[in-house]
Amino acid sequence: MRAITLVPGTAEGEVFVMAEPLSFWGGLDPATGAIIDRWHPQCGTVLTGKVVVMERGRGSSSGSSVLAEAIRAGTAPAAIVMLTRDAIVTLGALVGRELYGKDCPVVMAAAADWPALTAAGRLTVAAGAEPAEIEIGL
Amino acid sequence: MTVELSDRDRAMLAGAEGEAARFAMNLMVRFAEAVEAPSLVDAECAHIDGCLYHGQASLDFVEHLLAFGGRVRVPTTLNVGSVDLIHPELFIGDPGLGSAGARLMRAHEEMGCIPSFTCAPYQTIHRPRFGAQIGWAESNAIVFANSVIGARTERYGDFIDLCCAVTGRVPYYGLHLTENRRATVVVEVEGLPPEWDAAGPVCVAVGHVIGRRCGDRIAAIVGLPATTTEDDLKALGAVGASAGSVALFHAVGLTPEAPTLEAALQGGRPEETIRLTADDLRRTVRGLSTVPEGTRLSAVSLGTPHFSLAEFERLMPLLDGLLSGGGRPAVDLYVNTGREVMEEVRARGWEDRLNAAGVTVVLDTCTYLTAIMRDLSGAVMTNSGKMAYYAPGNLDIEIAFGSLADCVASARAGKVVLS
Repeated sequence: MRAITLVPGTAEGEVFVMAEPLSFWGGLDPATGAIIDRWHPQCGTVLTGKVVVMERGRGSSSGSSVLAEAIRAGTAPAAIVMLTRDAIVTLGALVGRELYGKDCPVVMAAAADWPALTAAGRLTVAAGAEPAEIEIGL
Repeated sequence: MTVELSDRDRAMLAGAEGEAARFAMNLMVRFAEAVEAPSLVDAECAHIDGCLYHGQASLDFVEHLLAFGGRVRVPTTLNVGSVDLIHPELFIGDPGLGSAGARLMRAHEEMGCIPSFTCAPYQTIHRPRFGAQIGWAESNAIVFANSVIGARTERYGDFIDLCCAVTGRVPYYGLHLTENRRATVVVEVEGLPPEWDAAGPVCVAVGHVIGRRCGDRIAAIVGLPATTTEDDLKALGAVGASAGSVALFHAVGLTPEAPTLEAALQGGRPEETIRLTADDLRRTVRGLSTVPEGTRLSAVSLGTPHFSLAEFERLMPLLDGLLSGGGRPAVDLYVNTGREVMEEVRARGWEDRLNAAGVTVVLDTCTYLTAIMRDLSGAVMTNSGKMAYYAPGNLDIEIAFGSLADCVASARAGKVVLS
């Protein structure tokens, strides 16, 4: 299926569907890759290496710094698939890529594909020049 | 979608103005695409929040720009950092974190930023003019610049703030455009608690309600007290941007884009009207405290956002009253402010009186963000709705909210005193 590239890169991994929007600032520990927002229903889950499927972002613009720091530390998600454009997530992943040469592609999927994406076990994201390709794995 | 770029934007993107400008313009264009901005516009100034340390990546980003000769192209002020560079001994946190935080602040100075280190740059000589297109970060500064001054900025934050300073450009979308500055919610203050003699608590209560109930919608507020000052509006915006994502409000008769309600609504109809009674305001203010009257305090903290000269002017007679009859604060009393305001305080000869009253003046940073307050064994009291909102989570403390006069009286008593 096709998607819009927000941050280029290629990645493959197990799907993690975010039950509620997460503010990376105060919500993600870049040292461990774990969700640390005590009010988030998936608090404690480690996002490292996962293809994170989240409708939208939330919270402080310092979330960009936290995501870039997670990419530097090697604790970041493998890729992020969203339903909306999100400047905070986009910037964090882009800075991580520019500074450290590490990919954490961010793509915006079509609403029609959302049910299939959230039900998938694994996803491959190939985000180059538009459009990006998302492939559902087993 | 494609962002329409000027010839200069394209030249910068192609590296004609050096690698740092190319790097910053590339991020700027990607950001503009992500927010679907059709084009960029010149920024008159920038305000940077990225000098607060969030990890190695914060520092790597600035060092990368510096290594490629990066310099800011427009007047650029700096928000608070992690430490007080003037009084480094006040920092009692992890030393490694302290030195990385200090380096991050100095690296921004090397980029050509003004070492203002204040979250209230709008109350310094660097205040932007009405109608100016600006690229500002820090939620309270954004809402003040938009609402109280009528300058125009979107909600910028880490990384993109410095890209704006280095390129001198901002995405031309959202609150940069007149039609997106229209109020869609009317907030009517129907009654004021007669026992509140200052507009401060009223404005904090209204700001909190707007944050929770309006989200990022723009409110037009009717019925604030006639005595409302610029500092009261600063407090209103700061708590609104903490409890919600308020980036612009209009206060009818008080802020420049709202001479009348019709002007604030740009002739349109509101989609919602929120009415607030005196009881609503009392309830909201009570809800800001996590502890009741009489609770033992270990500190009182003022100046979130940073104290202005006018706020010091209101504080001085209260401190004199506290000192008369041999009184002294029973607990630590902190005031956060910026270097420039502190110079003015010194010029007026107030520093000795602050020292005599045992006040610790914190510059460059803020007590709600970093390890400054020595004794946190009891609750902390503040007159700031923003501090009340964040401190319980950031510092894991109990908080009491009261007016400025209540805060000084409580500092003397060592426990929460409410008038």
